[in-house]
Amino acid sequence: MLEKALEGSKKYWAWVFFLGGLAAVGCYFYFQQFMYGLGITGLHRDVTWGLYIGQFTFLVGVAASAVMLVIPYYLHDYKKFGKIVILGEFLAISAVIMCILFIMADMGQPMRVMNIMLYPAPNSMVFWDVVVLNGYLFLNLVIGWVTLGSDRKGIAPPKWIKPFIYLSIPWAISIHTVTAFLYAGIPGRHFWLSAILAARFLASAFAGGPSLLIILALIVRKVTKFDPGKEPIQALGKIVAYAMFANIFFLGLEVFTAFYSGIPGHAHPFHYLYAGLDGHSELVPMMWTSSIFAVVSLVMLWVPGIRKNEGTLALACVMLFISLWIDKGFGLIIGGFVPNPFEEVHPYWPTMPETMITIGVWAIGLLILTFLYKIAITVREQTVGVEIDH
Amino acid sequence: MSMDRRKFLKVAGISSILGFGASVASARNYAGQKGLVPPQVDANKETLTAKRWAMVVDMSKFKTDEDYKKVINACHTTHNVPDFRKADGSVDRKMEIKWIWTAPYERTFPGQDNKYMSEHMKDMPFMVLCNHCENPPCVRVCPTKATFKLQDGITMQDMHRCIGCRFCMAACPYGSRSFNWTDPRAASNLKGELPNKQYPTRTKGVVEKCTFCSERLQEGKLPACVEAAPKGGILFGDMEDPNSEVRKIVTNKYTIRRKPDLGTGPAVYYLIGGGDHA
Repeated sequence: MLEKALEGSKKYWAWVFFLGGLAAVGCYFYFQQFMYGLGITGLHRDVTWGLYIGQFTFLVGVAASAVMLVIPYYLHDYKKFGKIVILGEFLAISAVIMCILFIMADMGQPMRVMNIMLYPAPNSMVFWDVVVLNGYLFLNLVIGWVTLGSDRKGIAPPKWIKPFIYLSIPWAISIHTVTAFLYAGIPGRHFWLSAILAARFLASAFAGGPSLLIILALIVRKVTKFDPGKEPIQALGKIVAYAMFANIFFLGLEVFTAFYSGIPGHAHPFHYLYAGLDGHSELVPMMWTSSIFAVVSLVMLWVPGIRKNEGTLALACVMLFISLWIDKGFGLIIGGFVPNPFEEVHPYWPTMPETMITIGVWAIGLLILTFLYKIAITVREQTVGVEIDH
Repeated sequence: MSMDRRKFLKVAGISSILGFGASVASARNYAGQKGLVPPQVDANKETLTAKRWAMVVDMSKFKTDEDYKKVINACHTTHNVPDFRKADGSVDRKMEIKWIWTAPYERTFPGQDNKYMSEHMKDMPFMVLCNHCENPPCVRVCPTKATFKLQDGITMQDMHRCIGCRFCMAACPYGSRSFNWTDPRAASNLKGELPNKQYPTRTKGVVEKCTFCSERLQEGKLPACVEAAPKGGILFGDMEDPNSEVRKIVTNKYTIRRKPDLGTGPAVYYLIGGGDHA
């Protein structure tokens, strides 16, 4: 099926080369980082993780969100998702690959990364994260490829794939739970030391991932002959609305605990992010943008009239995605490091090379997604009208 | 993860973790790093040993700025700690690497200050360094066991295994760890002749921190900061030995530790109202 990614219109190739160009620029700056060291980034001894790890965390959520299509389709027999479940699975593949690339970009000694496997440390959450992420990548590659291959031939997928599909459901939840455990078990980082962090991660993932899928489905309809259908997109819209409600509710719970308890350490990161602390308010505009976009997009998704109009639905999804990206891809990481263990505020802002490397990784991820979607959509275009029954 | 000193030395010798340890293997290790000569050490004879190394810091013994500076200098020259400066000569905070330094009271012990406390007390400098915790979060989170506990309580760092993920820096509640954001030899103080030719410099992309001078203990010497401090300013000994000086002070006097409520079990104690204890 791979050959289908190699044939396409001029527009398709223009898009591929555009992404390839961005990826090349990212690689150029990564080479500089590789030679000079991570000093090329805006990171320092007080904020030791930044944009890279934020993207990693955010994208684990995007990857996990495929389960929001798999559960209705395979567990509840919601047939309408039959044709687009592959879009979720392929999105998961590209998101996990981006996660791995962002982790590699963040390593001080990337050549030694196999030490994680050579000297396994099960007490470290990183070990488990490597295990579950690679397992999830494998599961989605196998499931996506096998089911799409069967669709192409117009036959039902082999029975042996079913256990893999069912396994992928708890596995998706595990990747984001373990990712939350990277943060939630660290003493002295009040912003992360929260029992609800894994639940927050899952809620934001199940809102952010499907909102991206809606946007992608609408783009697919526009630029190809494959129509994902109105109903599946509306169903996804409802899923996004409920998950986003849970996400905002969970954030509210954090705010209550931090401020009603009155424990200064718990309130400091919130002060820094939303009001500014010690004269530093660099992130305040961003964080309030996130909050306003979150509430507005939730209302837009909640009101049936706005949700059912695909134009306003798309706008709501874009706002929601931006909101969650700021909240999780940036604020969550920085809030854990500011103030530092000495309760001093030392702000962080990404540098130009760091930003270009980040854009480069996104470009590589989008390139992989483009190839995978091209393959899936070509198969769908060729089998228009054929019922899919997995 | 813990091992006894003898076993550690064997491993150190064979895999040349830091290049110190048994002299047989070290000649080869040092050949790779320019400007270094192998130390001649008979580790078995003179090594200082303990069940639980611990430190008592008595800030009342530090009188002048010079007293602090001497301690910091002694440590940082002994371990070739890079000194990154900006063009105007001030410390480059973005690149900064430090093993021991001073922080004001209110920063060292957050939540232990109050609004009626004098500015003098709030600003009083305290020596801070790795606490060599009994239950170190850095060791718990390290994905490669590059940071690990020795049986004598020292939290060690293997700069040859570290992958530079900086999880230990996120996990340390004391800000005791530093990362090499670039080649440390680019720092002004390491460009020419090394301050200490018997201690290796690090590579870019790894984390480093205070090791309680484990390499000096093997030679029968006390940690560099202890030697450089004013008399009684920094005491070092075996907390498990009821007759040791550190144990006697911690038993009989009022000492505090940084963030003990986190359950990390710091091995650095701060004596309050010191006076003539020893």
